[in-house]
Amino acid sequence: MTDLLKAVEAKPNEKIPQLRSGDTVSVHVKIKEGDRERIQEFKGTVIRLRKSGNEASFTVRRMASNGVGVERTFLLRSPRLDKVVVERHGQVRRAQLYFMRGRTGKSARLKQKFN
Amino acid sequence: MLKGLIGKKIGMTQIFDEQGVAYPVTLIEAGPCYVTQVRMPEKEGYSAVQLGFGEVNPKRLTGGQLGHLKANEIPPMRFLREFRAKDHDLKVGDKITVADAFAAGERVDVIGVSKGKGFAGAVKRYHFHGMNATHGTSDRNRAPGSRSSGTTPGRVYKGSRGAGHMGTDRVTTQNLKVVLVDAERNLIAINGAVPGSKGSLVMIKEARKQ
Repeated sequence: MTDLLKAVEAKPNEKIPQLRSGDTVSVHVKIKEGDRERIQEFKGTVIRLRKSGNEASFTVRRMASNGVGVERTFLLRSPRLDKVVVERHGQVRRAQLYFMRGRTGKSARLKQKFN
Repeated sequence: MLKGLIGKKIGMTQIFDEQGVAYPVTLIEAGPCYVTQVRMPEKEGYSAVQLGFGEVNPKRLTGGQLGHLKANEIPPMRFLREFRAKDHDLKVGDKITVADAFAAGERVDVIGVSKGKGFAGAVKRYHFHGMNATHGTSDRNRAPGSRSSGTTPGRVYKGSRGAGHMGTDRVTTQNLKVVLVDAERNLIAINGAVPGSKGSLVMIKEARKQ
């Protein structure tokens, strides 16, 4: 039965690399305005990754102006995602980085991880 | 062609359309079904088509069941269900697949047997509101309240709603949209939830109220 569930899965987007919590990413989303399509960029830190298959999603958090935090959750297999660029890996010790929500300024930085 | 099929519920997932809209869908492994009997007004008093679903080892069936299916070389079928249908040109032995019966975009009704909930209280079973959580309420948060009046009539009216067995009922979910039909795998994806547990038998029909 799980095979049949997998049969309707969308193909993974080749322009989305393997993501990890703590990565700083820039997500390129296709946005439709009337009959025009353009690409919007959302740049921030991946604070959680969820599930597999068609329901897979990830949440990106960024600081907007005036220190307001903005989080957006994207469906990993959505055809609306054009591409995701990983700009740097963060050194983190948990899978869900909810502690980032309480932090601003200097304390909201993550150590870079090189590999 | 008859707009009806028997199937097995596989489970829920979500699929995307070209615009990137995600639809919550229930996958059903539907058909192939065989026409096992055609009921005629002259003989049975009404028009219907009996379909068979799910091939089974012939040893699992009784002699009577095998005899019923023997005509026209129908493989032994585990489940037989009837669909009301007037205008059709089906004969015993005809095979119906998902692609024959349904197409994406159509509306369907899905009939199944709901999940058993056991002996359930009135709050869960009939959506009673229960009582106050505070203001002195003690041990009666989910009680149904008064069942009836006082000395007159001095009894509880029959049919009053209360606690009791819930679930394992035949339930119809109406007017669901078909999102995808996969003829190769005999799969149909229907927008929304469908009664029953995974692996349970469901009947799919053309929607009555479109």
